[in-house]
Amino acid sequence: MTAITAVAPRPKSRFLLDRPELVGPLFIAPAILYVLVLVALPFFLALYYSVSAYTIFDPNYRYVGLKNFTDVIESDIFRRTLINTLVFTIGAQVIGLLLGKFAAMLLMQDFPGRGIARALVVLPWAVPVSLATLAWQWMFDSLYSVINWTLVAVGLLDPVHRLQWLGQQDLAMIAVTVVHAWRLFPFGVVIFIAGFTSVPQDILDAATVDGAGFWRRNYQIILPIIAPIIMIALIFGTVFTFTDLSVVYLLTKGGPINGTQVLGSLAFQVGILSGDVAHGAVICLFLFPFLLVAVIVLLRALRRREI
Amino acid sequence: MAAVSTREIRKQFADVHAIDGISLVARDGEFMVLLGPSGCGKTTLLRIIAGLEKPTSGEVLIDGEVVNEMPPRARGIAMVFQSYGLYPHLTVWNNIAFPLRTQGTPREEIKRKVEWAAGLLGIDHLAQRRPRQLSGGERQRVALARALVRDPTVFLLDEPLSNLDAKLRASARSELKAFQQKVRTATIYVTHDQVEAMGMGDRIAVIDRGRLRQVGTPTEIYEHPADEFVATFLGTPPMNLIERDGGSLGFRPENFLPKDLLNGAPVVEFPFRVARVEYLGSEHILYGALDGRAAKREVTAKLPAHATLGGIAPGVERVFAVRETELRYFDRDGRKAQHP
Repeated sequence: MTAITAVAPRPKSRFLLDRPELVGPLFIAPAILYVLVLVALPFFLALYYSVSAYTIFDPNYRYVGLKNFTDVIESDIFRRTLINTLVFTIGAQVIGLLLGKFAAMLLMQDFPGRGIARALVVLPWAVPVSLATLAWQWMFDSLYSVINWTLVAVGLLDPVHRLQWLGQQDLAMIAVTVVHAWRLFPFGVVIFIAGFTSVPQDILDAATVDGAGFWRRNYQIILPIIAPIIMIALIFGTVFTFTDLSVVYLLTKGGPINGTQVLGSLAFQVGILSGDVAHGAVICLFLFPFLLVAVIVLLRALRRREI
Repeated sequence: MAAVSTREIRKQFADVHAIDGISLVARDGEFMVLLGPSGCGKTTLLRIIAGLEKPTSGEVLIDGEVVNEMPPRARGIAMVFQSYGLYPHLTVWNNIAFPLRTQGTPREEIKRKVEWAAGLLGIDHLAQRRPRQLSGGERQRVALARALVRDPTVFLLDEPLSNLDAKLRASARSELKAFQQKVRTATIYVTHDQVEAMGMGDRIAVIDRGRLRQVGTPTEIYEHPADEFVATFLGTPPMNLIERDGGSLGFRPENFLPKDLLNGAPVVEFPFRVARVEYLGSEHILYGALDGRAAKREVTAKLPAHATLGGIAPGVERVFAVRETELRYFDRDGRKAQHP
């Protein structure tokens, strides 16, 4: 007994790390700081510059109201860019996710070398975008294009009229969309495989016993069950694509004649390369309402689908 | 007539014999239980009958026809799965209607059948709910209704009660049995729970390591086990087995009583040294050893709680006895033997 009473009372600080009300804020602080400094601050900075006449050549702040906004909206290049961005985003989602679904269905089958095939599919993710785009640039090259070469070889293309993939506006738009879809594709595969494996075996067996064939099984049972997962992939892919400029910038620099500009690349071109910070900020801000609407629509669809 | 029969079914996964030559007949209207420990192959056998697995060899006959090459939907079976396999995104109504839709049943016919099945199982008021909003017992009934509308030759049930809590399980057991008696459709029911098997089965097929050990009514299985496996798999505690030249001697704990409680009939006596006493409310279980006899495991005796223990306590040795008619004999290979 004496031994117990002899022990000195332990300091209160001993269990500080066990108190969630102290540790919680500590752990979440880096994330909040990150969002404040790298998301909120640039956003408000963009708002601040968007109503000014700020350029790097004339760094004095002069308030001009909404003039920059009307300038941008009235510009043909901007309207073209807006349409391009939508085509680029929707096109890449549709192609990337559809191919992802088919590849996932194939990779769910048992065949020799499946492990290697699954690893290879993730490759577009692992390759740095600049390197990959360089490879694609060769494939789209006017002289050396393997795509043209193949089309000629199988007789689908007259050798005299080789396609100028990156030199014609509509073809260049297809090219950047395809390359971006290729980058999204592994993500689609992974998401669909995760979805497929999450469907309980009992439900699949029940569908088999109930007489559901391939289409009914896939589109009336499996797809509705994994829809919430696909929605998440769609939100992520949409945001990722809408704000991306790397493929466009590396492959076409927005050309030919602004034919493939997207909001990100145009903002970079105007705001940074040309030094017109104010107009660049305005273009950037146009990302915001579109993304907001897209995310709200998808999240609502997700909640309705929740099962 | 036989609703389902299997002939020499074998199933091999890599080098494991999951099923090693099982021939079994389930008659029309019969409630047949496949009973065995986990991994004994009973679920695999059920899945082979359903057509969800292909046997390595052997034949499955349903309604007199070999169905080996038929897909599950054409076999005239309906299955209820362990976790029910309800479609989570469909309402109860649409879940039940699903198998009818795949058959291209006319709309009015679907409506009539779904309403009939839902009414029979008392789930009509849940028609517009989704599986997520149902209790375990309700889900089970939806799964049954979905099986029922197919109008099958045989119901295949794979441990459908294992997801229910103990209390619900008891009532679901009697409901299920009553339901089967009402619709009179042959049923093959897989379980590892001997209480379910004894309580529901018209006949029980005991399976161990891919082999059929015994088929019979609950009484036959319990009273006259075909081998030591069946003898010790059924009964809590299981049958006592004590060594006897070249074989073993078995008797149920409830037949192993203090000698003075048994009067009249001829008995065999054993000196029983009690090591532990367990009080279970309705009964006492005594654990101990027999002096001078080697047993395969600790010998147990089950005394009804109303019988006085009369000083039986740990450490005490008493003369216990078994009626001669309650003794069972097994040969060297553990198979049932006649009286020596």
